[in-house]
Amino acid sequence: MANETILMLPLYLIGFFSLAAVGLDPLFSKNKKVIYYLSLIGLLEAAISAGYALYLHTLTPAPNIEISYAKNMVSTGGMAYFFDILFCLSGILILLSSPRYFTREYKELSEFYSLILLSVSGMMIMAHSANLLVLFIGIEIMSLSFYILAGFIRIRIMSVEAALKYFLLGAFSTGFLVYGIAMIYGATGTLTLSVIQLSIQTNTINSLYLTIGIGLIIIGLSFKAAIFPFHQWAPDVYHGSPTVIAGFLSAAGKAAAMMAFIIIARAIFGGLSQNNFVKDLYVDVRLVLAVLSAATMLIGNITALVQKNIKRMLAYSSVAHAGYLLMGVVAANERGWSGILFYSTAYILMQIGAFIVISLSERNDEQNLKISEYRGFSKAHPYLAAIMSIFMFSLAGLPPFAGFFGKYYLFTAAVETGYVWLTIVAVISSLISMYFYIGLIIKMYFEDPDTQPMVAESGHAVLALTLSTAGVMIFGIFPSLLMDIAKIFF
Amino acid sequence: MLEAYFPLIIMVVFGFAVAFIFMLLSQWLGARRGTKEKQTVYESGMVPYGNARERFSVKFYLVAVSFIVFDIEVVFLYPWAIQFKELGIVPFIAVLIFIAILFIGYFYEYKKGGLKWD
Repeated sequence: MANETILMLPLYLIGFFSLAAVGLDPLFSKNKKVIYYLSLIGLLEAAISAGYALYLHTLTPAPNIEISYAKNMVSTGGMAYFFDILFCLSGILILLSSPRYFTREYKELSEFYSLILLSVSGMMIMAHSANLLVLFIGIEIMSLSFYILAGFIRIRIMSVEAALKYFLLGAFSTGFLVYGIAMIYGATGTLTLSVIQLSIQTNTINSLYLTIGIGLIIIGLSFKAAIFPFHQWAPDVYHGSPTVIAGFLSAAGKAAAMMAFIIIARAIFGGLSQNNFVKDLYVDVRLVLAVLSAATMLIGNITALVQKNIKRMLAYSSVAHAGYLLMGVVAANERGWSGILFYSTAYILMQIGAFIVISLSERNDEQNLKISEYRGFSKAHPYLAAIMSIFMFSLAGLPPFAGFFGKYYLFTAAVETGYVWLTIVAVISSLISMYFYIGLIIKMYFEDPDTQPMVAESGHAVLALTLSTAGVMIFGIFPSLLMDIAKIFF
Repeated sequence: MLEAYFPLIIMVVFGFAVAFIFMLLSQWLGARRGTKEKQTVYESGMVPYGNARERFSVKFYLVAVSFIVFDIEVVFLYPWAIQFKELGIVPFIAVLIFIAILFIGYFYEYKKGGLKWD
């Protein structure tokens, strides 16, 4: 077994680099590139160290066992490292595509890089939490950075509105989450996840408080993941915030909220309880989540049908994707959990990639954002149009792209656990979503342009687009590459 | 379980009832002689001037936020300082890291000119 320092290294590194980015920012206020490269190196190092820790985990005889450190505050599970790498990857994609975008639309500020690093560190703390309070602190570090990022272009009124809406609703939902955690504490007398699991198995709980606590936590996390009926903030926030950041919020933030769902659900319902009440509660909670998931998919996709603005369309479709991801939590078996891991990876790659393409063609506050303005995009920019089509096919869930296999794993997981009706709803809503995803491709390829949309010089965004396209293609053609890793954690 | 809270509920009900009844009684029975001084806004004994809905400079908020941060730092440091000898070296290093993190924030604010008044 490797020692504690190596296993904790990703957290140390991301913490160190995010603080260094804040501290060095005023010293290098003239040269923004210093903080930019510092942040990139920090994210890369954290990802590499997480990869090494993940490799060490696969060597151990029981890689699905989580070991807790620091007085049961921080755990080192394989899933945690998987999500570490995922969050670092999404941070890298956003960093690569942002400097040119911000110099063009507003101005380049080093604070952006440190905020991205801070939000990634918050997500990584969530991933490593073995205690509900640590989970909560991680969620708060992530959310506070998100609120500032959403209003980053502070001279643009839409951006400020997005930040204010996000902050008010996010702070409100945090209240639900904390109250839920307090209720769980009241029910079990502890905040440590493993002890919570133990006390639920051995039937030493207050069932009323447990029920209320689980309900409140579901509400709080549903706000963070934009799940119906708590999704109303999502379109306004993703539309108003700067485009690259909208990609980050909708992809990485959603994956993080889903991860919190996994952590809490596995702690509370992980072990088989002898308690009849908990067994009944388990069935009820899964039914509630299934209904929420079905409603989220349908509402998200049907509302996305009528959107005129491409950012709003992707925002509503991201609501629908939260519904797909929730199917894995409903299934609550190995295939469901590993399906969430796979789909989060695919979703982060394709969603961030699509937003990067939009950010390249966006101009001066709200220009080139209408779907109708993408007419004949392929004539002027064949490569960008091809990449955008790949992302759209993948989001729609067509083979041979990664989105297809993500949906496949989640749907089969739901069928295996007897939620056939949920799978039918999911398939129908995927069919509905086909209309607007393929509609955009038709606009780009088979219609004549009104005006030629200008495309920005792309800079490092090319690298980010190459990475995400390659990921979507490779994981679509060889899904077992990712799935074999994801399976061993559960 | 809930029976234990019964005296508390009685207390709350009676408290509200007494306050409410006294308010109504003073409304009905009390004398009302309004003078000009009684009608004006209470401003700590000064004569009020201007509108209350003015916009404050954002600097006030910056100072207030910095104050809260260091206030909370003291709240954390005080129990540690009292128990310093018993706790030993590990909490000392932890507190040093904690202060270092706060110092980075302070350094950032100072260098960016957040504490300059004009």
